Amino acid sequence: MSAQSKPVAAPLIQLRGVHKHYGDYHALRGIDLEIRQGEFFSLLGPSGCGKTTLLRTIAGFETPSSGTLMIDGRDMAGVPANHRPTNMVFQSYAIFPHLSVAENVGFGLRRDPRPRDQKSRAVAEALEMVGLGGYGSRAAHALSGGQRQRVALARALILKPKVLLLDEPLSALDKKMREQMQVELIRLQRTVGITFILVTHDQEEALVMSDRIAVMFEGEIGQMADPERLYRRPNTKRVAEFIGKMNLLPGDVAIEGNQILVDTAGLGRGAIEAEQAPGGVMPGRTTVGIRPETLGLLFPGETTDRRLAEGVVDEVVYYGDMTYYDVRVAGVERPLTISMKNLIGRPVLEVGAATQVVWDERSLVVLSR
Amino acid sequence: MGIFDTSPRARAAALVAPPFAYALLLLAVPLISIVLISFWTQTGLTLSRVFTLDNYREIFSGPIYIWGNQNRWGVLPLSLFVSATVTLVTVLLAYPVAYFVSFHVAPQRKSLWLFLITIPFWTSYLIRVFLWKVILGYNGVVNTGLIELGLIQEPLDFLLYNLNSVIITLSHAYAVFAILPIYVALEKIDRSLLEAAQDLGENRFTTFVRVTLPLSVPGIVGSVLIVFIPTIGDYVTPELMLGAGGRLISNVIQTQFLQLNNWPLGAALSIITMLAVGVVSLVFILLNQRWLRGRG
Ligand SMILES: Nc1ncnc2c1ncn2[C@@H]1O[C@H](COP(=O)(O)OP(=O)(O)OP(=O)(O)O)[C@@H](O)[C@H]1O
Ligand SMILES: [Mg+2]
Repeated sequence: MSAQSKPVAAPLIQLRGVHKHYGDYHALRGIDLEIRQGEFFSLLGPSGCGKTTLLRTIAGFETPSSGTLMIDGRDMAGVPANHRPTNMVFQSYAIFPHLSVAENVGFGLRRDPRPRDQKSRAVAEALEMVGLGGYGSRAAHALSGGQRQRVALARALILKPKVLLLDEPLSALDKKMREQMQVELIRLQRTVGITFILVTHDQEEALVMSDRIAVMFEGEIGQMADPERLYRRPNTKRVAEFIGKMNLLPGDVAIEGNQILVDTAGLGRGAIEAEQAPGGVMPGRTTVGIRPETLGLLFPGETTDRRLAEGVVDEVVYYGDMTYYDVRVAGVERPLTISMKNLIGRPVLEVGAATQVVWDERSLVVLSR
Repeated sequence: MGIFDTSPRARAAALVAPPFAYALLLLAVPLISIVLISFWTQTGLTLSRVFTLDNYREIFSGPIYIWGNQNRWGVLPLSLFVSATVTLVTVLLAYPVAYFVSFHVAPQRKSLWLFLITIPFWTSYLIRVFLWKVILGYNGVVNTGLIELGLIQEPLDFLLYNLNSVIITLSHAYAVFAILPIYVALEKIDRSLLEAAQDLGENRFTTFVRVTLPLSVPGIVGSVLIVFIPTIGDYVTPELMLGAGGRLISNVIQTQFLQLNNWPLGAALSIITMLAVGVVSLVFILLNQRWLRGRG
């Protein structure tokens, strides 16, 4: 877009060892983070893990107790929120109740040198962009939750910030509206090319929308990766359990020559690649993760060249397109959860039926604690 | 208890009846009487109940009550002016206090602050007025203090027995009433709105002008009404602080009723004053409604 040549590698946002204390509560514990220009970055984590605190620190509403924050190559220490190249969409939307929709959207344009009619055109365009064309003269309090959220979005986007910070912007919406807004946000982000930082505790939302996700626990970043990597290769049990459904089995890691061998309880021995142990290869007892959709059941008449394990159906949950089976295998306390597509010719098994579990060592993940 | 055995409607009526009767006796009856009396005439010790507009004619024809002359304002405009000034001073002083308590006092200490603010109320109103006399008087605290410090030679005589002293005393007396509505309005402001304004490029001052102040307008209007309406009717403070000759409308009304024994004229003056206050209040209420129209 711009002819200006910027050093490509320089991250737009850079945090180094950022700590935040509230009294004796340690809310952020050494955050190191780099976010690139134009990236859609998500902060994901359970309630109270410090996502909002981190976002507010970037926006300038909280001062880090220690550590540095750089935005666009500039140290942000002592720079107040109104002088930062960031804009925020608040969790509560923070729509000004005494102003109309257009006045809300145009709020930040006061010092814009453009003449009035150009500004109102910009406001109209911003409203158009978020699908609220013609709503300008409405009173802000007469809007639905989804409309408020879009006003908040337009109000931030009209200023063309370098970074847009979104604090759980979709959490107040119903499922359908949320999915629609997710798509709209992705489309918007691609068209305006602004760096988005999204806070969410909805893992699906993070997976759908982000280029990269940081999973936070108790003030620390547990893992930072792109959605696919995060889903397929979580590095710890905590991350694995937080994102999607994961079967966790006790296992043993051994190194023989240049092979890494994993003996998974209930399934058996298999060789894995080093990248299947994202937390590092450590010989000895460990936890092995395997996703329900990478397991299978061998139905009568089907054959496979994959590995097999004997099991008994313990529970059947029918979802229409899918069936979720809980299957007991020998030597494991918790039954394995297996999801199967209901393809033609596949019966839905009964509870108590004997079956064979199909597995593959390539889908194993060795998790560190 | 008999009333608890009856239908909900009857029960509600029974519960509402005492305050209703109270309101009727102490509000409606006196008000209607005043209106009626204002159209009668005083003939010696009795009232002549023949309908007449003479009282109103008297009020509107001479310079005393309304029109004034070159040297003097009419009593009613002067009183409205004094009340307006008191209101302005009170609200201007109350706003920073309310703002401070709402925005700069830790939540767990707010009730303590509000409690401290009400402490002047522990002294009777009359004593507070006398207190101001002591402070502002010819040999009062202010004058002796300034003389002791060598800042002045002669006591200042503009402190007491003029409108300044009325304004000072009334502003002090009504300060708490003005603080509370503004405080409530400020408390209701969602703090994320202030952050949003900052996020959108405004500094603290412009955030105040563009967000905090407009959102506290209902509280300001409440304060204005709460101060303005009773100060017009306050006759103790002007009586004590103005000395001989100085009169505000409340004193004039009181004199008509209690000293000159001219109830009809007093009643008519009361009605005119009420209408004036009513018009001013209405303007403010309408302003407030306009303001509230765009809000939840
Ligand atoms: N101003 C504050 N004073 C004291 N503690 C605070 C303050 N703000 C946040 N905390 C604490 O810091 C922790 C992190 O809070 P934060 O709001 O960042 O969580 P979050 O990850 O956004 O959670 P949620 O998903 O529920 O919004 C919480 O335990 C919270 O109680
Ligand atoms: Mg939060």
